[in-house]
Amino acid sequence: MNATSYETIETDVLVLGAGGAGLRGAIAAADAGARVVVVCKSLLGKAHTVMAEGGVAAAMHNVAYQDTWEVHFADTIKGGKFINDWRMAELHAKESPERVLELERWGAVFDRTWQGRIHQRPFGAHTYPRLAHIGDRTGLELIRTLQDRAVHTSGVDVNMEVTVFKLLKSEVGRIAGALAYRRSDGSLILYRCAAVLLATGGAGKMYRVTSNSWECTGDGTALAYDAGAQLRDMEMVQFHPTGMVWPSGVRGILVTEGVRGEGGVLRNNGGERFMERYDPERMELSSRDVVARAINSEVLAGRGSPHGGAYLDITHRKPEFIKSKLPSMYEQFLKLAKVDITKQPMEVAPTIHYAMGGVRVEAETGATTVAGLYAAGEVASGLHGANRLGGNSLSDLLVFGKRAGDAAGLVAKADPKAAQANIDLAEVDQAIAELTAPFSRPAGENPYQLQAEIQEVMSVHAPIVRDAPGLKAGLEKILDLAARSRTCGTGGTNSRAFNPGWHTAHDLHSMLVNAEALLRCALERKESRGAHARSDHPDTNDQLTSINYVVERTPDGMQVRTERRPPMPEYLAEAVRRSYARYTPEEME
Amino acid sequence: MSDLDLKIWRGDPAGGELVAYRVPVLEGMVVLDAVLWVQANLAADLAVRWNCKAAKCGSCSAEIQGFPRLMCKTPIAEYGGKVTVRPMNAFPVIKDLVTDVSWNYEVNKQIPPFTPSEKDLSTSEPWRMQQKDVERVMEFRKCIECFLCQDVCHVLRNHDLKSAFYGPRYMVRIASLEMHPKDVLDRRPMLKEEAGVGYCNITKCCTEVCPEHIKITDNAIIPLKERMDDVYFDPVRSLINRLTGGGRKSTEG
Repeated sequence: MNATSYETIETDVLVLGAGGAGLRGAIAAADAGARVVVVCKSLLGKAHTVMAEGGVAAAMHNVAYQDTWEVHFADTIKGGKFINDWRMAELHAKESPERVLELERWGAVFDRTWQGRIHQRPFGAHTYPRLAHIGDRTGLELIRTLQDRAVHTSGVDVNMEVTVFKLLKSEVGRIAGALAYRRSDGSLILYRCAAVLLATGGAGKMYRVTSNSWECTGDGTALAYDAGAQLRDMEMVQFHPTGMVWPSGVRGILVTEGVRGEGGVLRNNGGERFMERYDPERMELSSRDVVARAINSEVLAGRGSPHGGAYLDITHRKPEFIKSKLPSMYEQFLKLAKVDITKQPMEVAPTIHYAMGGVRVEAETGATTVAGLYAAGEVASGLHGANRLGGNSLSDLLVFGKRAGDAAGLVAKADPKAAQANIDLAEVDQAIAELTAPFSRPAGENPYQLQAEIQEVMSVHAPIVRDAPGLKAGLEKILDLAARSRTCGTGGTNSRAFNPGWHTAHDLHSMLVNAEALLRCALERKESRGAHARSDHPDTNDQLTSINYVVERTPDGMQVRTERRPPMPEYLAEAVRRSYARYTPEEME
Repeated sequence: MSDLDLKIWRGDPAGGELVAYRVPVLEGMVVLDAVLWVQANLAADLAVRWNCKAAKCGSCSAEIQGFPRLMCKTPIAEYGGKVTVRPMNAFPVIKDLVTDVSWNYEVNKQIPPFTPSEKDLSTSEPWRMQQKDVERVMEFRKCIECFLCQDVCHVLRNHDLKSAFYGPRYMVRIASLEMHPKDVLDRRPMLKEEAGVGYCNITKCCTEVCPEHIKITDNAIIPLKERMDDVYFDPVRSLINRLTGGGRKSTEG
């Protein structure tokens, strides 16, 4: 194999990522008549969507007859502290019931109500029981259903264990292709296409304690940024309140919010149900930012559990109930921590879970600011604002995966020659040279060492509560690490066959772009709002409610600028106003 | 705590050997932690698949002390200071602990997908199903596709009859479709022919290794065998079916 030779694959729509958004987008684009190739870093069906446990939020009013899309919309906007893209929140609330029912018609099997309808469970900051679910493995059901649908949809091909490292544009600035390598043998692929749909998920791996897998290095955000697309709200990363804390090897693994949805309570080491002090009305089912900061405060005040967390207790429920509603949690604690959650409380602490920020997209189509480039799911921004509600991610994947897939498929169909646009071959050669450069640096630093340092910097300098000096120091360190990463090696042999050292050397770039954007936006937002808490600006500044921070690549490096969002139309503002009057505890019964 | 003596099979299709590493032990460590420690500190090019690290994705399958298990779910404390990890034996090695499992994905494509009735497809009303009816298939839908059952199945592992038998994973898949309350397709002809359910002689090894505790043999394979027997080996019913064409849509034609 020649080190710089590549295979060329032509398609209409190239989908990056095979989680919920990628697969739903691929099905939609194929249904629109386009040829589709789905590229995924892992094997098909292993994407991070399988980790989603609690359910998918959709106002189907199967359990609470009062639920409507307007209430779901208002919950999403209030949870997002009013900086959401309100049009996305509207589309999401209106369309998610249809997307859930469609999933059922493709073979998904949800838990049922006694009348035989899809059951819905209560979840944090959702006014009514709204999460359609399958025990506590809703994500697995969703991905398996979409996976089977996609492989049986004609026109969809899946290229497994392939990583894209650069997007390519034609001379008129449209997306025209992408460069990728196969993990198995390191061989290179040039994809030529009319449109690219980014569905690459989040960037949790830039933190040390995270519920995310090795894959979640923010590739899509970095690819889009490098291609000139705008990013938005990058300061907004969610700490999930309940990750495992012990043993150390499992630190960060998710403990589903379903535990609290099914009645689990949080206590400190004095046995106090401390949420009474932070949100007496919603208690454990407050929004995630509030619960995560509450646990953090308890630990800092010396009221934490032995391993630095809080106790999450569901032992007051019957063992059979726990095992049927939370089977994988029961198994996870029994196997990994030797804790029987039907008898003992769990020890939990916040863990990095989700990026609300990401690539800036247009609400209706998922179009980014680069022609031919679309994004959906966690890699996109806007729907969740400053804080995502549990269950809104799976519905996000379905609603906007479909919308972006529809749009990308139509664009590709409208111009059948688009996939043959000119690509600058010198740019291709340059990108390949950069990708393979770590092989020529045997004395270069070990990429795993650099990855660990990035995680350390982000954990220390962009923690759950931030301040300007910490963020500034963190930014300097990240810029220094970015310089070092450009001269790193592979940490081992120079074989291109399944070489994770080489793969990691490449992933560093994605993590560093995400980290830099996060720190810069966090410095700019001089207030506390949702997931973004600043000890030097502890209050929410109403002046900033209409402001989003937008990140752009310029010749002088990364720039952040403010952008004013147009106000909500009256019917949406009315939905929010009415939601304050609507909620009464009696209605929940 | 003392160090762990960890032996990992390193190699490629041309051959390989066990390589010994010493790994500092932390409380509650699982085998995957130890393997990733080696990767980060001693052997950056060590090839291993993993994703969720919480036994939900089924990526980190390997043979630990000769037994097919998920590395993320196996505490090293079970082994008293010495562990040997090898790749799955039933599939061709790509490198180190990574095997070529693409055959499984090809098999999945052969199985006709979920097929509801025309009536159910055309109604605009949401479907109604009872919890007890869906619970039957929920067990099968817990499968995380770790392929450990495929690895341990002697038909695939020892006799390499991949051309004749789909393996336990896909018996579970077919069962999840056949027993779905809304599916109307008849996959029994395929079970007998392409899927080769007759090759299973019920040694239950697959059930033993399943990390999701799916009773593969008892709840999926045996009922499928019985369904197939009903059609092909019950003389009276066979005659009736031949005369009436059976009640369900067939995978043939």
